Amino acid sequence: MAEILVYVDHVDGAVRKPTLELLTLARRIGDPVAVALGNGAADTAAVLGEHGAVKVLTADAPEFADYLVVPKVEALQAAYEAVSPAAVLVPSSAEGKEIAARLAVRIGSGIITDAVDLEAGDEGPVATQSAFAASFTTKSRVSRGTPVITVKPNSAPVEAAPAAGAVEALTVSFSEKATGTKVTSRTPRESTGRPELTEAAIVVSGGRGVNGAENFAIIEALADSLGAAVGASRAAVDAGWYPHSNQVGQTGKSVSPQLYIASGISGAIQHRAGMQTSKTIVAINKDAEAPIFDLVDYGVVGDLFDVVPQLTEEVKSRKG
Amino acid sequence: MSLRIVVCVKYVPDATGDRKFADDLTVDRDDVDGLLSELDEYAVEQALQIAEEADEAEVTVLTVGPEDAKDALRKALSMGADKAVHVEDDDLHGTDVMGTSLVLAKAIEKVGYDVVIAGMASTDGTMGVLPAILAERLGVPQVTLLSEVKIEGGVVTGRRDGDAASEQLEASLPAVVSVTDQSGEARYPSFKGIMAAKKKPVESLDLSDLDIEAEEVGLEGAWTAVDSAAERPARTAGTIVKDEGEGGKQLAEYLASQKFI
Repeated sequence: MAEILVYVDHVDGAVRKPTLELLTLARRIGDPVAVALGNGAADTAAVLGEHGAVKVLTADAPEFADYLVVPKVEALQAAYEAVSPAAVLVPSSAEGKEIAARLAVRIGSGIITDAVDLEAGDEGPVATQSAFAASFTTKSRVSRGTPVITVKPNSAPVEAAPAAGAVEALTVSFSEKATGTKVTSRTPRESTGRPELTEAAIVVSGGRGVNGAENFAIIEALADSLGAAVGASRAAVDAGWYPHSNQVGQTGKSVSPQLYIASGISGAIQHRAGMQTSKTIVAINKDAEAPIFDLVDYGVVGDLFDVVPQLTEEVKSRKG
Repeated sequence: MSLRIVVCVKYVPDATGDRKFADDLTVDRDDVDGLLSELDEYAVEQALQIAEEADEAEVTVLTVGPEDAKDALRKALSMGADKAVHVEDDDLHGTDVMGTSLVLAKAIEKVGYDVVIAGMASTDGTMGVLPAILAERLGVPQVTLLSEVKIEGGVVTGRRDGDAASEQLEASLPAVVSVTDQSGEARYPSFKGIMAAKKKPVESLDLSDLDIEAEEVGLEGAWTAVDSAAERPARTAGTIVKDEGEGGKQLAEYLASQKFI
């Protein structure tokens, strides 16, 4: 069967969930060959093998951390040349998309970004995407070269599929271009202990109605009772109440959890673009006319300062 | 020497309108008003700020698009850009990101540049990869997704806020920069700016001016193909209750019935 290159997103060897989802999709169209780069790359092999990677190509060099994007492009290109895959799949993070796009130019291939599903087709893999704030669903394919496709988190289940996962060192020599943009310092984000927003099964978001940074504690308490990630609307982020890294919407993260709880969010197009594909949507808003209620499976018209704490208590007591 | 800044902007259908696809599965541009992509306003703003800081600078706004795309250029000129370049050609209809980036790269080289500034993504295609592709095509450093940007002494520096970390970046010019919506609110055009924009030069280029063959762009020249586009079925109307003191409990009941708790 044809080999499919899968770019691995990992933190010091700990593989992030979207990569395991990519392996599920890659197995639909061929045999996954994983490419893991940077510190801890070889440590990814065991878990990648358990999820279907027949091979894991690894490379580590200081350039991966010291320079932006391009060293990873060159390593992925080296893997592409070594394997001659039928497709290249990359997680749809900001960096993942940039890596994929530059690789596509280099190998003369078309690129599809932000796929939410992938299946085999007569003319190559067919990608499903959401368009226009998720009001349309399109099916597309790459018509020139080797398909390069980036896939959003939560697009496929994680499935156990034991395979060899044999580690092979990848030889990479960097060009002059690789060191064009230096990373002069890096400040890791402080961990909140909550799930990653784009990967979470449940997201609890607050908006303008939360009315102040200090009030986000109410949203966080509900999120913690459910083991959820916390999101915020653009209005809440622009007001400085919550960090931009938690923004859900067109210019923030796009999420597709099993359950999305919107509190004090009116549901402007900008926000809907980032959450409309959630499986179940629940909203709490004072304004019965808020557009968010057009999307919900269950809505409560009421004051979030009454409803959310009561819900949190109820969740806690039911969970014991 | 004057700092040459080229800002890439896109004319997009208004996101608050009823956006849809045309029969050939390209973006329908007839039934929804177009405008300068909101995310590109941040790029124009940062370009103007960098130009204000520089001893001498010239800001050129560049777009690839149909006749109406001049509106986007005009907006950027009224904000304060010095001149505009419009690449317009019937053969461009249906061009994908690979073709668009080819056209932009050739136009940027023709105009001459020290730094290219773009927004983080368009509000219609939303891919967010064009700046990286431009850097690849131009063979210059990419300094992208910046929340803060500064250019001094031929060096661009900036802060890139990623999922896992916030990074400080540095590259020598020439370079391609993209900025996020966190980079600073875009200014509104003043009345004076709007009047002045009417007199600013807008240069039109077509594919032959850029030595690009029609087959390299357009729907036929695209490296990707859209096979179908279907409107997402409207979500079925849900249950809405009014909080009479038990709203939180009712909601918990619903979540329990759906096995979330």
